[in-house]
Amino acid sequence: MKAKHQRLTLGILAVVAILGAALLALSALKDQAAFFYAPGDVAGKPLPLGKAVRLGGMVEKGSLIRAKDGVSIGFKVTDGKAVVPVRFRGVTPDLFREGSGVVAEGQFQPDGSFAADNLLAKHDERYMPPQMAGKMHKSESLEP
Amino acid sequence: MLHALANPARFLKIARPLTPALFWGGLALTLFGAWAGLTQTPADYLQKDSVRILYIHVPTAWLGMGGWSGLAVACLSYLIWRHPLAIVAARATAPVGAVFAALCLITGSIWGRPTWGTWWEWDGRLTSMLLLFFVYIAWIALARADAERGGDGRIPALFGVAGTVLLPIIRYSVVWWNTLHQGESIGITRSSIDGSMLWPLWFTLSGFSLLFCGIVLMRMRALLAQQKVEARLRRRAAQ
Repeated sequence: MKAKHQRLTLGILAVVAILGAALLALSALKDQAAFFYAPGDVAGKPLPLGKAVRLGGMVEKGSLIRAKDGVSIGFKVTDGKAVVPVRFRGVTPDLFREGSGVVAEGQFQPDGSFAADNLLAKHDERYMPPQMAGKMHKSESLEP
Repeated sequence: MLHALANPARFLKIARPLTPALFWGGLALTLFGAWAGLTQTPADYLQKDSVRILYIHVPTAWLGMGGWSGLAVACLSYLIWRHPLAIVAARATAPVGAVFAALCLITGSIWGRPTWGTWWEWDGRLTSMLLLFFVYIAWIALARADAERGGDGRIPALFGVAGTVLLPIIRYSVVWWNTLHQGESIGITRSSIDGSMLWPLWFTLSGFSLLFCGIVLMRMRALLAQQKVEARLRRRAAQ
């Protein structure tokens, strides 16, 4: 075997090993690298109480309640497996609306609800003009 | 074909006319794509006009990662075939890729503020892209230190290959982990961006890619010229 071919074999082996390492890192860090808890992740398990965590999912349609003071809201976050009620007081991001994604930062309460002190809007990977979106699915705005 | 190009004299003969063609062609495509993206496409149903930054953000992300792929291929072929031109290509690519990775982080941050409601979050996609930027900086520092100590570039070449581990992590971070960043919009066969909004992206993508190649060729020619000057000075000092 020529030295060049030996190096070529080593190089290919190295690339395979690197891809394997990436796969291992991706699957091993699955829990630690999660940006938020989904409602299904905490259902039926002891709640991470007294810790600042993030809760992410979809804002359930028809669950948004606005308090009379104008800045407090309540809504339900769901991932299709479980539902967590969330309370929040403050300014919501522009893209926050029912049927859309949200990541709430705050703490779980002993009663199973979630008190958020910050909201982030999560949007999906679909982009389309308004007239098309109107046909495909209604996105309800916070505006009355 | 690659072996024929590995001859610096032949490479320079081809690179000289190719550089301005790539640069000006890329600039024209980019400017047209940016103009079309700003004026000729409908706004998004949810994000309104802020969606238009994707015509810049997506190409910079693609080239930030594509730059490292090119650097890694150059490093690997340097290690295997010992072509002196390969390590020159890697050294020419690194700062350009780093700039594009930084542009991707900056435009992403500007986009995140009005849509997500935050400039920065430590989610899987954002963090792994920031790591890639740091790895670029580390590679540049290592390659310089190696050159200064008279090394043959084998150590940065090894690091260049090893750094590739980040690319699949960035690519699949939004698939395997739950992140604030949305999933992949553009696949090989289909795209979740509506066609009426998608087409200027092909112009900015190809335009930025040509610009990238043009700048890399420019830097390669400068590095080769510098090597020539240094070799000549050494010869003169030895006489």
